[in-house]
Amino acid sequence: MIEQHLPVLVVIVPLIAAPLCVFLFNRTLVYLFALATCWATFGLSLFLLAKVLQTGPISYELGNWPAPYGIEYVADYLSTFVMSFVTGIAAVVLTYAPRSLNEEVDPSRHYLVHPMYLLCLSGLLGICITGDLFNVFVFLEISSLSSYALISLGRSRRAPLAAFQYLVMGTIGATFLLIGIGLLYQLTGTLNMADMATQLGDDHGSRTMLVAFAFMTVGLCIKMAVFPLHTWLPNAYTYAPSIVTAFIAATATKVSVYAFIRIVYSIFTPQFAFDVHGLDVFLTAFALIGIFVASTAAIYQVNLKRLLAYSSIAQVGYMLLGISMNNQDGLTSGIVHMFNHAVIKGGLFLVVGCFALRLSSVRLEDLRGASRTMPWTSFAWVLGGLGLIGVPLTAGFVSKWLLLTAALDNASYLVAGLMLLSSLLAVVYVWRVVEILYFSEPSEAVKSSREAPWSMLVPTYLLIIGILVFGVWTSYSVGIASQAAQALLGGSP
Amino acid sequence: MNLTPSLLIGISLAFPLLVLLLIGLLGRSPNLRDGVTLILSSVLFYFVCCLADHVFQGGRPEWLLGTLLPGFSIAFQVEPLGMVFALVASGLWIVTTVYGIGYMRSHNEQHQTRFFACFAVAIFAALAAAFSANLFTLFVAYELMTISTYPLVTHHGTEKAKRGGRTYLGILLFTSIAFFMMAIGWTWSITHTLDFQPGGILQDSLESGNVQPWQLALLLALFAFGIGKAALMPFHRWLPAAMVAPTPVSALLHAVAVVKVGVFTILKVAIYVFGIDLISETHIGDWLAYLAGATILLASLVAMTKDNLKARLAYSTVSQLAYITLGAALATPASVMGGGMHIVTHAVGKITLFFCAGAIYVATHKTDISDMRGLGRAMPLTMGAFFIASISIIGLPPGGGVWSKWFLALGTVETHHWFLLAALMISSLLNIAYLIPIPIRAFMKPTTGEPLKFKEAPLMCVVPLCCTAVGTVVLFFLANQLYEVLLPITKVTQ
Repeated sequence: MIEQHLPVLVVIVPLIAAPLCVFLFNRTLVYLFALATCWATFGLSLFLLAKVLQTGPISYELGNWPAPYGIEYVADYLSTFVMSFVTGIAAVVLTYAPRSLNEEVDPSRHYLVHPMYLLCLSGLLGICITGDLFNVFVFLEISSLSSYALISLGRSRRAPLAAFQYLVMGTIGATFLLIGIGLLYQLTGTLNMADMATQLGDDHGSRTMLVAFAFMTVGLCIKMAVFPLHTWLPNAYTYAPSIVTAFIAATATKVSVYAFIRIVYSIFTPQFAFDVHGLDVFLTAFALIGIFVASTAAIYQVNLKRLLAYSSIAQVGYMLLGISMNNQDGLTSGIVHMFNHAVIKGGLFLVVGCFALRLSSVRLEDLRGASRTMPWTSFAWVLGGLGLIGVPLTAGFVSKWLLLTAALDNASYLVAGLMLLSSLLAVVYVWRVVEILYFSEPSEAVKSSREAPWSMLVPTYLLIIGILVFGVWTSYSVGIASQAAQALLGGSP
Repeated sequence: MNLTPSLLIGISLAFPLLVLLLIGLLGRSPNLRDGVTLILSSVLFYFVCCLADHVFQGGRPEWLLGTLLPGFSIAFQVEPLGMVFALVASGLWIVTTVYGIGYMRSHNEQHQTRFFACFAVAIFAALAAAFSANLFTLFVAYELMTISTYPLVTHHGTEKAKRGGRTYLGILLFTSIAFFMMAIGWTWSITHTLDFQPGGILQDSLESGNVQPWQLALLLALFAFGIGKAALMPFHRWLPAAMVAPTPVSALLHAVAVVKVGVFTILKVAIYVFGIDLISETHIGDWLAYLAGATILLASLVAMTKDNLKARLAYSTVSQLAYITLGAALATPASVMGGGMHIVTHAVGKITLFFCAGAIYVATHKTDISDMRGLGRAMPLTMGAFFIASISIIGLPPGGGVWSKWFLALGTVETHHWFLLAALMISSLLNIAYLIPIPIRAFMKPTTGEPLKFKEAPLMCVVPLCCTAVGTVVLFFLANQLYEVLLPITKVTQ
């Protein structure tokens, strides 16, 4: 009975839990309730993933209204894969949260954090599972609005401004998406993605369709923070509370990438997007420029959070490179990198949170010599950084290797070469921090600090060890991703 | 004991990791920690010998660890070249452990546990590279080695160590990611296999017109520069930079394990990926041979200008490594044989020289050659060993080095590269010029200050260096066995 309703439960559980959180007055109680919800959602989505792997894609009709008329939820390989890691990271980050929140968020606002967090999660999951295009917009707004609120909770006075910046850009993005959806609705008379794809068929010439596609692409590129539409991201990541940054950095942009994959591959077909209109050339170009510009910018940052934020912009470029290759290996590498990067960046932002707790600063000058008093946290940075660089036996290597072989198989030698060269920039910005942590005389803040508490180190190491595990054991990440890619490409003849 | 060869591969690879684990657990009691390391490294050597026995009789044991990615597996297959390299690395590990204990303790170095732990990982990486059955496995081991040796290079944690480490990691990661990884990916996209096969894997693609000779030349360049550990100029700067490390590190890693992984990989790529026939027929290796020749001479010349003993030895290593690259680039049976032999003879010779440098530093705190006048009175054993090892590095009898140089010279003659023959000969003269004056000065010249009393380094430092010095002479007499063992790698097909 429950099993049958799994697809909707995954979204509904956090959605209903969120307002309930407000009614619980005790702070500890709220936290425990939200934590339980997160882990339960994680369990549900793993369950759903297992079911999909067993029986193939599941379609769920909301309120029993049949598909093109009612809203359909589709749990297939890609959506359940993305949901599983989004919920997983949400659960780990929330486990880590209490100490960090105490330090970084005004106690009077604590009651806001957990409902917003759950709302954001539910929105992200909704984007993943829904098969209805208008629903995508609705859930995108749910997740975005709650994330604006979360970001504005930061203690810094710049946090509200950063949130406002994000709000302006995010709203433009969402509006563009909505315009695109409206045009498509006008063209086809349906909002169901699968139905829409059938109705659009092989029609590649329509001006309306092209305009709709353009609006949707640009709108999502803003949400994905693709260069040069990334400007909202560094401030938002820098001034948000650490756990919010960790959560959003690891999940929100990935889900936007997911939505983009859906739109390109499931609705418009890659033939339309890449072969007829040559989007792949633009995407590849912007991805590569973005990788170089953002990685170079990361090298010059003096704030650790900002450094990682620029690195995130660069990493989105690698995903886009894979997606725009328009073949199965490339798409697989893009999807795998969504996952791997989520684990790596999530882990690294948790490390940053540990520093922020003990040193009350994440400026590099305050981190000098931190390995003396915070050896575990510093070592976690080294491991996470190796993952970000893409050293063998880490998750980052898996995606880099897949992308390399896909590019070479595609005879895109230039892309392959530039991709490898750009990953050397990651060596510079990661190792710069390593040298500061290990080879500098301790700063004043470091001298009076001590190792981060276990309650934070354990979740951090959960993700950091995940980087190593998924660098060796790839049948989960690469296995499901290649199935997902196959399904996406098989669906569009 | 009745162990199957594939199990032996697993055991040999597991041992360094076991050592790592025990070092971690026993970190608090140094005696126990070092004792365990010593015993286990000896047991490891025994297992490697068992494996060698099997391989040298013609066995080619295999062991598939697992598939990392679809189509790319971590697999091991032992062939003679890798076996010889594994023997050298694991054998010298024992000696270096003894030496390392003596050196680190008499120096009261910090973080000894971390030191020996990273050492074990590096040995693991060396063995994994030696046994690797495909380029993918080799690459993983290669990178693991780079990362695990970084903490060793920067062991002292000083500003100088930081700068040295930056150069070390920067060059090695840069070359391996930008070129080596690209080369492997490209090879895969041409052949759709990365397995090492006798006779190479690229021959078919060339015949079917899938790939042009100029593309192969480019691919060879990517490999040659990508394998930065081979220290081919202009990517050799990391090796002198790594000399900031404690001397046992310089000895085992930067005379044996790390650099030999580099040249070993070059040989392996030349023999089992390109195939020496392919290289010699298409002449795609000629430019590489001349570059190696240039590296040999230039590095020797730079070595002469260095007054710091370790720096001089480092440039000497750069020069000697290019011998092996030269052997691979000439791609004749004789030159490949010479390259393979040189891995062994140079390893034993150079580790002795480094041991001596470390022993001198421990006993007298001297690092500059100009300060070493008359030191022979104080340290006769050390300086004697230095002399014997120098003979071997130069390539004079009765040092083992004479044989490898002989075969390399034979390779240049066979291919009519007279300039390269001249380069080899001049290099030997240069070797004499920069190595021999050191013991001569130590024994013949009087000291500047008051006469020195007999003062050798601690026994745990002196005994290992005497052993390896004797080893260089033993290799001279064992050349035939080494030749027999390595003969299969010169055969074009099985």
